[in-house]
Amino acid sequence: MKFSKLGVVAVLAVVCVYIRAIFFTPFDALQGPAQKILYVHAPSAWVGLYLAFGLVFITSVLYLWLKDPKLDRVASSSAEVGFVFTSVVLMTGPLWAKPIWGAYWTWDARLTLTLFLWFIYAGYIILRGAIDDFEMRARFSAVLGILGALLVPFIHLSVYFFRTMHPMPVLLKPSAPSMPSDMVITLVSAFFALTLLYAWLLHERYLLATERDAALEGRS
Amino acid sequence: MPQGSFTSHAMTEQSLHATDLTRTFGTRRAVNGVSLTLVAGDCLALFGPNGAGKTTLLRMLGGLLRPTSGSAAIEGIPLPGGAEVRARVGLVSHQTMLYDALTARENVEFSARMYGVENVRDAADDVLTRLGAASFADVRVRALSRGMQQRVSVARAIVHNPSVLLADEPFTGLDSAGASALTGMLAGLRDSGATIIIVTHNLEEALALCTAAAIMREGRFVRLDHAPIPAREEYTALYRELSVDAA
Amino acid sequence: MPPDSMVPRVLRRAPGFVGSTLAIARKDALIELRSRSVILSALAFAVLAITIFFFAWDPTAVASIDLAPGVLWVIFTFSGLLGLHRSFGVEQPTRAMDALLAAPVDREAIYLGKLTANLAFVILVQAISLPAVALLYNVPMGAYIWPLVGVVLLASVGLVAVGTLFSSMAVSTRLAELLLPLLALPFFVPVILPAAQATARLMNGRAVSEVSGYISILGAFDVVFLVVCTLLYPYTLEQ
Repeated sequence: MKFSKLGVVAVLAVVCVYIRAIFFTPFDALQGPAQKILYVHAPSAWVGLYLAFGLVFITSVLYLWLKDPKLDRVASSSAEVGFVFTSVVLMTGPLWAKPIWGAYWTWDARLTLTLFLWFIYAGYIILRGAIDDFEMRARFSAVLGILGALLVPFIHLSVYFFRTMHPMPVLLKPSAPSMPSDMVITLVSAFFALTLLYAWLLHERYLLATERDAALEGRS
Repeated sequence: MPQGSFTSHAMTEQSLHATDLTRTFGTRRAVNGVSLTLVAGDCLALFGPNGAGKTTLLRMLGGLLRPTSGSAAIEGIPLPGGAEVRARVGLVSHQTMLYDALTARENVEFSARMYGVENVRDAADDVLTRLGAASFADVRVRALSRGMQQRVSVARAIVHNPSVLLADEPFTGLDSAGASALTGMLAGLRDSGATIIIVTHNLEEALALCTAAAIMREGRFVRLDHAPIPAREEYTALYRELSVDAA
Repeated sequence: MPPDSMVPRVLRRAPGFVGSTLAIARKDALIELRSRSVILSALAFAVLAITIFFFAWDPTAVASIDLAPGVLWVIFTFSGLLGLHRSFGVEQPTRAMDALLAAPVDREAIYLGKLTANLAFVILVQAISLPAVALLYNVPMGAYIWPLVGVVLLASVGLVAVGTLFSSMAVSTRLAELLLPLLALPFFVPVILPAAQATARLMNGRAVSEVSGYISILGAFDVVFLVVCTLLYPYTLEQ
């Protein structure tokens, strides 16, 4: 498998960040080594829930306006990659939760709604699989993409409405970040590294979609 | 304004005019440059093999599909004209488009409401009587025979007095009594000035009814005859020749 | 001079938006009243749910006011789903949808008309289930009945708005009956979560002010999704 320049940079970035996270970042005083899952969990949540779905939303709106099949391919690629990252969030969450909270899962608002966003991704992928006609598939996916993305603010808001065990936001909150600077640097770097990884996977998936659509059109 | 005959199109107002109408689905051209002009009282029989694009053409003219390119106008209003155009068109097909659980009258009244007809009850009564469906107007559509259902379906389609009627294989599933009843209805509409396009495989009935005939193949008209149409035998031979797939 | 019969007796413009919405809602309601299939299966489901929850309940461990909200929202959600599939399904067998689309009716009116009919069915099922649960589980709801009705109605609008749109999409795909609940259920959660929480709190005697946050979320959801679904509906139709 040949790696594009972006691929090389992305994989290198990921490797470097996690070496730093594991060996060169101090442990959390309260949570110990388990806390390091944060460096996978939080950036994956950023990519899966906000970045990937945000792109699905934008390309869905643009598709309904411009009807360009390229937009549909970007949307579906972003959805598939976002689905993977969201799966990582749902897997790392319980791994972290068990030693810290004592339970793999709670039905608190943020967890529940993230799980259901994962279902929306799954629904998006299954919907596409259930439609053969290119145009209808693109149109319906765009509608679902827009609706699903509108759900995300309701998810983010819910943290402030329901009693929750989930740690309150640490970076994107009104006051200054409340972590030691070492950890902040690792965390922010992890965000960048996973964003690069997402960009590379998105690009590869998009190229695959273009090839596949061209082959199917040629055959019909 | 002098009374034009059906052939002097320049003098009589065009009720349907299409230029180079095209519709693509992906890379497939279902309708590939169709041009057509019809006036009030014209009845066009549209023949052609399956997959020729006849249904797609009718769906475009009926406002269900947007043309990819080209232009068309119904009574001077360009397509896609939205509600204005749809109000002037009626649609009939081999599917009845009726609600089985409702009575014939309820179906026709609903259609009248959807077209903004003023006096819904009277309009429905009137059209059901004209089409000989008054006796079973209050029977649920589910309980009617295929022929009676098609009659109600035509009532549904013309309750708003459309100037253009598009009929996509309306004779399907009708026995000879039903077919001649339908032919009678269509002739009546043609005589009262509506413009009709009938897609059908029924050469005999259609040629007797129509003032124009076209053969469609692979998205285009390979032949278009306005009145007078060639005699039935000649046309049948032509049709066979033109619609048989080469190789 | 065109022949007399060509002079239109009809209004040469589209029927009014509200008028056509109501006509479509009325038509759907009439069809359902004739067959009663949805209402009967929804009520059968409600009876089943009430009975099963009752038999699975240990009254010494759980108070009825803790059980009732769950029972209610299971009934409301699943019976709502039953009606949704039929909503556009009724237009399929004879391609009646084509006739509707060929008419000068606004596409948004088709969506809102069907939404109205679906909402009416859902409310009918709720109007029966709510007193049934109150009676059978011995939960007197008199003190908070109006706030409760408000919560239930707000939630119902949200469920039906999203469900009607997905019904329109699902009906044109393979796996239509699987796809509708699969697509709709994630959207139901931000409605059911606050609604069930609010119901539970009201049943426990909390003041209405305590559930105002939940009511706000329901209201916000309704506004956002009603508007967006109405705008998106035409895109679920062939272009």
